[in-house]
Amino acid sequence: MAESIPHEVDPGHGDHHHEDQGFVSKYLLSTDHKIIAMQYMFTGMLMAVIGGFMSYVFRMQLAFPGESVPLWGIVTPANYNALITNHGTIMIFWVAMPVLIAAFGNYLIPLMVGADDMVFPKLNRLSYQIFLISALVLLSSYLVEGGGFGGAWTSYPPLSAKSQYNLTPAGASLWLLAVALEFVAFLLGGINFITTAMNSRAPGMKLYDIPMVIWMIVIASILFMVSVGPLIAGAIMLFFDQTLGTAFFDPNRGGDPILWQHLFWFFGHPEVYVVLLPAVGITAEIITVFARKKLFAYKTVLHTAVGTGVLSFTVWAHHQFIAGIDPRMAHIFTLTTLLISIPIAEMMFVYIATLYGGSIRLTTPMLWALAFIGEFLIGGVTGIFLGASGADVYFHDTYFVLAHFHYTFYPIAIIGTFAGVSYWFPKMFGRMMNDTLGKIHFWGSIVSFNFIFIPLFVLGTAGQHRRIFDFQNFPALATPELQQLRILATMSLVVMLGFQFVWLYNFINSMFRGPKAGKNPWKANTLEWSADSPPPHGNWPELPTVYRPPYEYSHPDREEDYWPQHLPN
Amino acid sequence: MRPIATTRSASGMPTGLLAVWWVVASEIVIFGGLLASYLMYRLSHDSWSEQAANTNTAIGATNTFVLLTSSFLAVSAHAAAEKGDGKKAARYLWYTIGGAMTFVAIKSFEWYTEITHGFTITSNTFWSFYYTAAGIHALHVIAGAFIMAIVAREAAKGLELHRVELIGIYWHFVDIVWIFLFPLLYIAK
Repeated sequence: MAESIPHEVDPGHGDHHHEDQGFVSKYLLSTDHKIIAMQYMFTGMLMAVIGGFMSYVFRMQLAFPGESVPLWGIVTPANYNALITNHGTIMIFWVAMPVLIAAFGNYLIPLMVGADDMVFPKLNRLSYQIFLISALVLLSSYLVEGGGFGGAWTSYPPLSAKSQYNLTPAGASLWLLAVALEFVAFLLGGINFITTAMNSRAPGMKLYDIPMVIWMIVIASILFMVSVGPLIAGAIMLFFDQTLGTAFFDPNRGGDPILWQHLFWFFGHPEVYVVLLPAVGITAEIITVFARKKLFAYKTVLHTAVGTGVLSFTVWAHHQFIAGIDPRMAHIFTLTTLLISIPIAEMMFVYIATLYGGSIRLTTPMLWALAFIGEFLIGGVTGIFLGASGADVYFHDTYFVLAHFHYTFYPIAIIGTFAGVSYWFPKMFGRMMNDTLGKIHFWGSIVSFNFIFIPLFVLGTAGQHRRIFDFQNFPALATPELQQLRILATMSLVVMLGFQFVWLYNFINSMFRGPKAGKNPWKANTLEWSADSPPPHGNWPELPTVYRPPYEYSHPDREEDYWPQHLPN
Repeated sequence: MRPIATTRSASGMPTGLLAVWWVVASEIVIFGGLLASYLMYRLSHDSWSEQAANTNTAIGATNTFVLLTSSFLAVSAHAAAEKGDGKKAARYLWYTIGGAMTFVAIKSFEWYTEITHGFTITSNTFWSFYYTAAGIHALHVIAGAFIMAIVAREAAKGLELHRVELIGIYWHFVDIVWIFLFPLLYIAK
């Protein structure tokens, strides 16, 4: 086996990386998994800034309708639709996916399974390049005639299929093309992730020795791969409807618009778990390290995640309870939807059991991990209302739905990312982040986040519908009390966005001026902490061997309270 | 230079082989979604049988024969590669590519005839499915032939012989998709 061969690559001066390498070949065309992870992470963060700015613009319009928004100007109805559509699309496909799966997957999989790189480094680079092109295509849709697509991130036909309805002939097709390219990028990346985790584990690393975050990223990649296929087929059909004039989704000419909803949500619902699972995995790594305890019921968490994945393919039509589907079918989907809350609740209990009796250290990453558990719980519990078809008939497409899924996606995409970045920052950049600034940013973001979305729950139960440009046109919704809630949500958003500057300062400042981290600042067990910080090209001078499971903290036979996987004894 | 990661095989399966199976899995769901959509429509539109009657079953059958033969040639290439005979493997791969080209040529003639007779992608949703499904399949045939040419050039020099099996697996998959398309689009009236 290759492991017995001494590593030929001299760290930092390997065959790929010569001293005289220019910026372009080192940072833009590298095949190193860590560089590609950084490319995904920084692209994702840049897109998050764009997506966040969009939410600021449309929230300002909702709080102060018709007034000029600073940094944007007057928001027209077409602007508004394009902004909400692209906010959703960007946050899911160009922020949550690239950061949680692609960035953490690329960075962590080789380092945590003890390999020198991904199994297909060039494929990996190609995946990022296609992803970058997809982002540029999406952003370019704002520049074409008619502007960006405004038919919602779900892109239901006939609105999305016919330019006489959506009024964005080029924008709608560019949006679809961008999403399709993004899918291709993640299929390529996913095959790489799955194969690397399956095949290039360090000697001695058995299946149950794989850290939970790696399992979660692999399961998520498989879920993505299996669920996205039908939507790729659907995207081709929709693209032909838009450009060639076919009638796949046109009921007047023998098509069926509901088919798109099935194809979309057959992907769209598993997609929630595609981004959820990596965040659950990141949380598992953090709470074990900072509670100094073994993960409670490792195998249960793993089997539960697989079960969640399987179940997630049977719940999609709960998005279509009012789309005219057969009520008997609605009963079945209500049942499966309520069932899927069981494995997720189980994971929550497992995490609480892990924390119980631990020596908890409330560092910044730990705060984020705990917040993930607490905030996601709210998202999960409100989901039960929507999964029950009787209640959903009332709540469908209200701000209750909107607040519910922001209570799932914010913990996943934002809290999960901040947890992961603050935890692995010392490994990524070799320096520590400032903990005080980290905590200021944490509390500022968490408190303001709740003040954005709790008012939206209230507005939703009052009957406020989504995707409406100006509520002043609806007398029942134009009352001063409801408007106060809208202003509260918008102001909280502005506060939350403001707190991100604290993080940005901390991030950049710590990258260059933070105290040196050393190899293992958190005293963690998993393999990445046995490499240098930041790890050189090739990761280790000699690849590690694994002797035990990843969560042996506070072991009774050992004086120190941690027991790294790579130590022989 | 390949990373050590690529040479490892903790699952017991060579990395390339494992990856090709995952590629096939991801393709199965793409075609699966398309064909499931077609079937759902077809079952609720009896009138499509009149449209399907206009497809040319004889040409479809000929193309089925061509693809099956090319799959046999791909198997022969694999057998030669297993014995380490790169030149013979390359020769069989080129024959397989010949089969692919024949398939595409026949398909072009077929489509040309149909389009000139007024059956276009916008005629009816049956024809939309017909051109979309067969078109995506034909793109897979062409892409497979390109990759096969790259593999054949290497194999002729005795390099990367394990890739002959990998492209063979992909080629069988492309063949099997057609085995589903042929009865669904041509035979079922």
